Amino acid sequence: MRIALVDREIDVAALIAEVSDHTCGASTVFLGCVRDVNDGRAVTAIEYSAYRSMAEREMAAIANEAQEAFGVSRLVIEHRLGTLALGEVSVAVVAAHPHRAPALDANRYAIEELKRRVPIWKLEHYVDGTREWVGAGTGKPQPGTSDPRQHGDSSSGDSSSSVDGHSTASRSDEVSAEVFP
Amino acid sequence: MTVTVLLFASYADALGTSAIQLDLPGGSTIRDVLGTLASMPGGHRLPPRPLVAINEQYATLQSELRGGEEVAVIPPVAGG
Repeated sequence: MRIALVDREIDVAALIAEVSDHTCGASTVFLGCVRDVNDGRAVTAIEYSAYRSMAEREMAAIANEAQEAFGVSRLVIEHRLGTLALGEVSVAVVAAHPHRAPALDANRYAIEELKRRVPIWKLEHYVDGTREWVGAGTGKPQPGTSDPRQHGDSSSGDSSSSVDGHSTASRSDEVSAEVFP
Repeated sequence: MTVTVLLFASYADALGTSAIQLDLPGGSTIRDVLGTLASMPGGHRLPPRPLVAINEQYATLQSELRGGEEVAVIPPVAGG
């Protein structure tokens, strides 16, 4: 089991090799990649930053929880920081187990928890030269450095995150102080 | 007592800094920290109930401080 924040490309093949051995009949890979459109706006790059020490702590906790819940100890989570171009891999979760169900379940658990609680942020760069912070749960931009618009606008658009296309709208209520006693 | 407040992403932009030392009365809570931040220039851009952490662990608005802690005010996370 290993977690890491990295400032380089994520080597997916190396991660698969790291977790797999002859006891494992199943390996699962989740990759989050920089998508070209978010909320109807053309994205050119995403800049990832983190509260590094706490992010590592939360990622390690998630890996431990996945091991406890699904018996998957062969698990690696890497999240990349810095500015990523379209298509680049921002996060990888790789799990291996003798059987597929625990490998799939542990992988899904890890990525969902990472998106819910690991303190990482993304500053989206748009084709028109503006940049905005993206808030998880809503997919809507928040007040940013280079765009005068404030949050709370009435734009509709999709509610998915900008990376892997999973809708996170139903999770927005989890981003509140009371969720983490 | 003194606590170190860390700000990130949009919240750091709002207050124009990523770290602030605050002097607070004994027995202060996270709510008091947030009230102090709200009164600073740009502080009105913080939501009234943001996520917070004390020494890298999520905390509540009622959490009490003893002094010396690292308090992080955490914008909605957006990893992945």
